[in-house]
Amino acid sequence: MTLLRVDGISKSFKGLRAVDDVSFEVTEGSILGVIGPNGAGKTTMFNLIAGALRPDSGQVHLNGKEITGHAPHKVTAAGMTRTFQLMRPFYSMTVLENVTVAVLAGGAAKRTARTTAAELIERVGLGRWRDALTEGLPTAALKRLELARALASKPQVLLLDEVLAGLVPAERAPVMELLERLRTEDGVTLVFVEHIMAAVMRLSDSVLVLDLGRVLTSGAPEEVTRDPRVIEAYLGEDPHAQA
Amino acid sequence: MTTTTAASAPETAAGKPLPRLPWNRHLLAIAVLAVLLVPLPLILPPAQASVAVRVLIFALMSIGWNMMSGFGGMFSFGHAAYFGIGAYTGAWLLVEHQVSPWIGMLAGMVIAAAFATLIGFLALRYKLRGAYFALATFAFSEMLRLWATNSDFVNRAVGYHVPLRPDTSWWWIQFEPTSPNYFWVALGLTVIALVVSVQFVRSRAGQFAKAARDDEDAAAAIGIPVMRYKLLAMALSAAITAVAGAFYVQYFLFIDPDLAFGSSVSIQAILPAVIGGVATIWGPVIGSVVMGPLNDVTATLLRNPPPALEFLQGRSGLDVIVYGALLIVIVLLLPKGIYGTIRQRWSRR
Repeated sequence: MTLLRVDGISKSFKGLRAVDDVSFEVTEGSILGVIGPNGAGKTTMFNLIAGALRPDSGQVHLNGKEITGHAPHKVTAAGMTRTFQLMRPFYSMTVLENVTVAVLAGGAAKRTARTTAAELIERVGLGRWRDALTEGLPTAALKRLELARALASKPQVLLLDEVLAGLVPAERAPVMELLERLRTEDGVTLVFVEHIMAAVMRLSDSVLVLDLGRVLTSGAPEEVTRDPRVIEAYLGEDPHAQA
Repeated sequence: MTTTTAASAPETAAGKPLPRLPWNRHLLAIAVLAVLLVPLPLILPPAQASVAVRVLIFALMSIGWNMMSGFGGMFSFGHAAYFGIGAYTGAWLLVEHQVSPWIGMLAGMVIAAAFATLIGFLALRYKLRGAYFALATFAFSEMLRLWATNSDFVNRAVGYHVPLRPDTSWWWIQFEPTSPNYFWVALGLTVIALVVSVQFVRSRAGQFAKAARDDEDAAAAIGIPVMRYKLLAMALSAAITAVAGAFYVQYFLFIDPDLAFGSSVSIQAILPAVIGGVATIWGPVIGSVVMGPLNDVTATLLRNPPPALEFLQGRSGLDVIVYGALLIVIVLLLPKGIYGTIRQRWSRR
């Protein structure tokens, strides 16, 4: 069943077509990887889908309901939550308080919100930072905080903007495992923008390639990464050639 | 917080109990302080008792300001608008319609909250931030000042004198000039305002307002309707500051456009919170304890200066100069305010 459907969305900034007639569908429980060179319009596309920007044209449907141009908090309430590429914690709060607010925003009772938040923090592996202020946390911890906060709203669709960027390889593996478990255990549908091809290859059921605001191609990860246009526009070399 | 080295640090807090929340301790502290302060006007000489009442009026104004500008993060330079609305609504209803100041106070709160919601909606709708937001709030309070100065509806620049009653009365908030009752009324109102601010900050709405202050986009992304909670913080803030205005009229028995809507009133709402600690429960109270006596000292100095300072005789504006100097010192030495700095040192241990 199609959970998220995007039909021909476009957005121009002063004549520059940042996102140009992009369409795709995401099946419930699947993982879609979005790749493309810098400036291809990946983050703009997220902003359009999540309501941070209003598309000039095109529609977004979630669960069969149109959500085009809805305010961000309404998109979240409808079941789709996004994370930010640059981590944006609530700086005056501890990790626990950050996630608690998100649990409350998801509609949980005040009595149980902190316990739920603490469990989420354990789940994303932030346990040892739980009571620390977000100021001065390492990037890896802040990325996980983004994830925990997004999960607190119990999304059907999670839009992840480069959750692995800035992590050293040893830090990536547990996050990737977590994302896989989100799909298998919680049935969360994932759309993620990522530059780290190993993660894209491992996690994605299908891959969408953007270039200059347009869909260059899409399909299974194996096919897409063999496509000469993708290699030329983005990969630069054949990733299968590497060991 | 104890910091352990990365190597030996446990990766989990699963067994650790959740940290205790401070709210009940704040409420307890408010209760203890209230009880301790009840006998104060019976101990103090009358002149000092009136300073104590002034401290409480400052505290009320600033607790209100702190809710919108501290916890809500929207810097208001126009809280005179709400103070003045509280003052004028109470005075107008009392003088023109013989309505009890208690009811006038409630009416003032409602009107101030409505006005704040309107200003807030306009300012947020057009995405005014920081200094531009502050200037917009200042413009609205100036607008009210000019309107009050030029409108027959509220007696133009003359303002209102509260008519003296032959008897003393709780219903009309009128007592002997040196009665401790004034202090007790102000203390009661301040305690209620403090409890409201604790309950607000710990509530769902207060937490959402804080999240929206820290990062508006991130707050929206986790499903918080940012505008709604910002407006709520503004309305609550305005209502509390309006109480200060309504009480001010009953205590000083007089109000005019400058006393109600002047920019120095807005400054008086800001300073206690900044001196004491912005976005803390106790900051406005501690700042008021500093500001109240200072206000009295400068006023006395201008009235009866010692020989060395004779040139000050009969001048005005010294209080503003002293406030300005104090503000510079505080901002330089204690950027988080007195309470904010102490709290930070304490939690670092």
